[in-house]
Amino acid sequence: MSSTTMSDQTISDPSRAEADRQKKDDPQRDVFFVTEEAHEHGGMGGTALGFWIYLMSDCLIFAVLFATYGVLGTAYAGGPTPREIFELPLVALNTSMLLLSSITYGFAMLAMARGAKAQTQGWLAITGLFGLAFLSIELYEFATLIHEGATPQRSAFLSSFFTLVGTHGLHVTFGIIWLVTLMTQVARRGLIPENRRRLMCLSMFWHFLDVVWIGVFTFVYLLGVLR
Amino acid sequence: MSAGPVHVDTGHAGHDDANHDHDTHGHGDTHGHGSRKDYLIGFFLSVVLTAIPFWLVMAGPFSAGVTAVAIMAFAFVQIIVHMVYFLHMDTKSEGGWTMMALVFTVVLVVITLSGSIWVMYHLNTNMMPAEVMSEMR
Repeated sequence: MSSTTMSDQTISDPSRAEADRQKKDDPQRDVFFVTEEAHEHGGMGGTALGFWIYLMSDCLIFAVLFATYGVLGTAYAGGPTPREIFELPLVALNTSMLLLSSITYGFAMLAMARGAKAQTQGWLAITGLFGLAFLSIELYEFATLIHEGATPQRSAFLSSFFTLVGTHGLHVTFGIIWLVTLMTQVARRGLIPENRRRLMCLSMFWHFLDVVWIGVFTFVYLLGVLR
Repeated sequence: MSAGPVHVDTGHAGHDDANHDHDTHGHGDTHGHGSRKDYLIGFFLSVVLTAIPFWLVMAGPFSAGVTAVAIMAFAFVQIIVHMVYFLHMDTKSEGGWTMMALVFTVVLVVITLSGSIWVMYHLNTNMMPAEVMSEMR
């Protein structure tokens, strides 16, 4: 497919003529989805919506885990209660790590929009470190709980707690693996359209995990300690 | 793309043209990058909306009931803040389909959460444990 100026003369290409007709004839444009127009955006349009729908399905997984926790969250089976085992200062620290990683990822996206490769990499690295800090604190918390005897096997409350928070932690883990993968990609190929698209998807994923964490710290930790 | 002629010399397909276009007015993008100001506002609001509920629970100036309602309200607002300032949600991106998918998901989430908790709560309060049942017989 040559440039647009060429296609104005070569009407003989039927798909090209179709695309041109649609550009002029606005009401017709939205009728057809598979046009040149769709490809010319580097696939970002479709990818963003597709990835969003994936995130929504992930949201349903978390909804089910939240519902499970909501039902089983008071079934202590004579074991420890949230007030006894949750340490809010630690959770606050954890929350701030994730929140900071969100804003640094935002800065990485701004650097990417400017085309500043080194800055993008720098902010991505900082984001990854905050993500690692979050994971370390969470693993430390889990280790402490298990050491105190508050294992997932102890009660239904603890089973659902470890499943919900652990699933979120697992998402963050994979987010970090994805982040390192993309940093390698950007280092080798630069900020090419494909890498921009990938970074955009990871951005949505990362901010989505932060949104899920709002639910976790509110419903699991804060409401748990209040009970 | 109307700006096509500018990049005629690249020799690549329309693909590259479009992406150059993309860069020049990237802010009209579907899942746009937002501006530095947007991110900073979002971050500031998030910090405030996180700090207050933690303080409410840790310092405990109000009764448990009031605090519970307050922190849930803060969580709700913070989720909206994240959606708008970090995920750049609006009603126009992808011709409204992102919003449509979100609304659909929110409906499912509300049904899942409220339904499960409602049904299981009634199951817990209205059904007697097995041993009590056998004693009554």
